[in-house]
Amino acid sequence: MSNHLPGALLKLTDVTLGFAGNTVLQAVNFDVPGESIVSLIGPNGAGKTSLFNCITGFYKPQQGRIEFAGTQLLPLKPFQVTRTGIARTFQNVRLFREMSVLENVMSGLHCRTHVGAFGAILRLPSQRREEADIRRRAGECLSFVGIPAEEWERESSTLAYGHQRRVEIARALASEPKLLLLDEPAAGLNSGEKQELVRLIARIKAERGVAVLLIEHDTGLVMSISERVSVLDHGLMIAEGTPKQIQADPKVIEAYLGAEDAEAALAL
Amino acid sequence: MPGPGPRPDELRSGEPRPDEPRPSVWGGLTRYLDTPAKRTTALAAILAFMVAAPFLFGPYATVILTNALLYTILALGLNVVVGYAGLLDLGYAAFFAVGAYTVGILTTDFHWNFWATIPVAILAAVVAGVIIGGPTLRLRSDYLAIVTLGFGEIVRISARNLEITGAASGISGIEQPWLFGWHIATQTDFYFVFLVLVVIAVVCSARLANSRLGRAWLYVRHDEDAAEAMGIDRVRVKLAAYVIGAIYGSIGGVFFAVNLTAISPQSFSFQQSTLFLMAVILGGMGKIPGVILGAFIVVLAPELLRDLGSFRLLIFAVGLLLIMLFRPSGIWPARRGGR
Repeated sequence: MSNHLPGALLKLTDVTLGFAGNTVLQAVNFDVPGESIVSLIGPNGAGKTSLFNCITGFYKPQQGRIEFAGTQLLPLKPFQVTRTGIARTFQNVRLFREMSVLENVMSGLHCRTHVGAFGAILRLPSQRREEADIRRRAGECLSFVGIPAEEWERESSTLAYGHQRRVEIARALASEPKLLLLDEPAAGLNSGEKQELVRLIARIKAERGVAVLLIEHDTGLVMSISERVSVLDHGLMIAEGTPKQIQADPKVIEAYLGAEDAEAALAL
Repeated sequence: MPGPGPRPDELRSGEPRPDEPRPSVWGGLTRYLDTPAKRTTALAAILAFMVAAPFLFGPYATVILTNALLYTILALGLNVVVGYAGLLDLGYAAFFAVGAYTVGILTTDFHWNFWATIPVAILAAVVAGVIIGGPTLRLRSDYLAIVTLGFGEIVRISARNLEITGAASGISGIEQPWLFGWHIATQTDFYFVFLVLVVIAVVCSARLANSRLGRAWLYVRHDEDAAEAMGIDRVRVKLAAYVIGAIYGSIGGVFFAVNLTAISPQSFSFQQSTLFLMAVILGGMGKIPGVILGAFIVVLAPELLRDLGSFRLLIFAVGLLLIMLFRPSGIWPARRGGR
């Protein structure tokens, strides 16, 4: 079954991944349309983060195809995938801890800039211009996610946790993606911070034209912002559709039954 | 479905600390050297002292200081590899040998002009760096330590056995160079040549540290996967560090050869590689003033302890152990180069 949505930005076809005999993903078919917000939900260990790692090139599936804006991703290394226009955040915040907030975000611009060792040693005018440009664009991304300029020169690990999460999003945005993968962006945030995150995700799509694919356990958040929701269980894609369809799907409810409070979990 | 669990920042001691001034190239001295004017004065004072040193301390000290300057160049080069990119190189003397033998062979056997051999020495270092680093840097960093250790020995043993490198007796009679009618011949002449090279090496190191490439080294050193996810080609970035380090080493070797006019395999032993590494780690990895300090300690301390006779190396060793015990991140305490 590989009937893709028309005009999908990201297309996964029959993606199968296994480690030492354990199947993690079984013939997963999955689409992300351009400029949309799509969520991936499922119980713990369902293979959601593994799916992210397949898309970004960290894992190599044994079978299947992954196509992004006309490019086959499977032969590419992670850094090459980023250059095609996919950026990600990590489940546990992975900032460069001892570096400043601004320097963290500047890392995203590495793949969009060029000056190398010679330019750096000779301090050519082109190098100075590029450095200023990197700073300006990194600053713009930080302003976009709402990190005040006073915090830009601070060491990233000294920021409040909610701000570290937003710096990680800014860093991903700095690489100028067409698709942003967020791995549990709301984990560890309080309800006020979750509200701000929802607004930020909506602005990423609306103001920057970036499609967002997110893994999230907070189903209330998922149902409120997603245009489409996909449900992964034991490596199988068991349901796909609008939030309403997913909430009414008996297979989804069954997958969550082990958790007993399926109705609460699905925010019915 | 699991609840959100405790907030990770409650688990860490993640209270935001009050704003600290950013660390700069001056490390712990930032507090005293807080204006550009003071820094320029400090730099000028150090430079003036270095220029006056050979006239103040006499010829013997000039030889020792020249050696310290040579070690500074090599330590700064190794610092790019070890300090900036976080790659453990145990065979750095190999690149030192590549530079020295290139000059030795080309000026004695082929009667090349000294200055024309420098580009060849750089090219040889780049080729050797790519051959060794290219395949190895794809693996995790530990493998590099083993391969470079082997490479260092291969170069030394080859030099010992090949005819073109003069086998065990090495190459002698290397001519001292002329520069616009100035014959660089006396110890003082070489002292100033090395002083100029150190200044160039420091400027290049500082500029590299504060560049797009310098940041990429830090990203890769801190978190390879996150760096790769940000679109950084970690193999390419590491190879750049390794090759730049190789070029420093080779240039050091070039001037070492014309200074001594004779080279032999024992100048490029594993012990040399460990001394260079010691200079980098002792002063403070990744920090230019720390690395310079480390190079001077490694060269000067055994000399200053000379009166103690055969005990001097023992005391030097105990001193090193104490430093590593009480200042594990180096004598110059700072995190890294800033603006």
